[in-house]
Amino acid sequence: MLIGATVDEKEEFRAIASAQLNRLYATARRLVGDEAEDVVQEALMKAYQNFGQLHDRGAAPAWLMRILVNSCRDRGRARSREPVEVDLDEVEEFSLYRKIAYEDPFPYSDSLHLDFLQRFGKEDVTEVLLLLPEIYRVPLVLVHMQGYATKEVAKLLGVPLGTVLARLHRGRKLFEKTMWDYAEANDLLKEGVR
Amino acid sequence: MITCSDAVRQLWDYLDGAVEESDRRAIEEHLEVCQRCCGEVEFSNELRAFLTTHAFEDLPGDAKVRLTSFLDEM
Repeated sequence: MLIGATVDEKEEFRAIASAQLNRLYATARRLVGDEAEDVVQEALMKAYQNFGQLHDRGAAPAWLMRILVNSCRDRGRARSREPVEVDLDEVEEFSLYRKIAYEDPFPYSDSLHLDFLQRFGKEDVTEVLLLLPEIYRVPLVLVHMQGYATKEVAKLLGVPLGTVLARLHRGRKLFEKTMWDYAEANDLLKEGVR
Repeated sequence: MITCSDAVRQLWDYLDGAVEESDRRAIEEHLEVCQRCCGEVEFSNELRAFLTTHAFEDLPGDAKVRLTSFLDEM
């Protein structure tokens, strides 16, 4: 409960939070999968309890997102799926484009690479993201799926810009490799499936 | 002239405009003569668009009702 909050403050918080629900939920879905709704509730509660300390109300959307991301990270650390083993050298050299061309999973296709991507539904993308270590998943989702600038992500996570850029670089390569491994493990490479 | 491996390693960063000027020139010189890496660039762009199109997921109606009630009860 927001101790000593005025009716106006409560209404202001509700209005700000309501306007951000879609964005918060979409981000949480990509970061924690099925636990998104619980994490959004948790983040809203934390935000509500600390709303009085937020003096720049114009910064409320970014502030809410920071609380959500931290809640997702806490949840991810506590209950993460078995993350993929990361061989950074192997990941660095991996090219999904070449892997698809070399393995040629759909020999009758004249748009092999696009066909590969089209095998992935939104649930598959979420599953692939959840297989990535959290330090790579978070910047990838915030930059490439939620449209944040790398500088904003650095501020939001409280790490140097160089750290975000390095994690983003590895995260993207790792995402490519994990997509391939996931496709192999889940029969997405069979002709006629999906 | 850089190798394909060097170019591939930097492609996403190149597309972000996040490489040094000298690296950008080296990648572009490589792309002028390497058709395979041009395919890599095209695919990297498709993959970026793919991530964007898989970003937004509508808040399901029942979850929206629950979260709105949660806010109302605060």
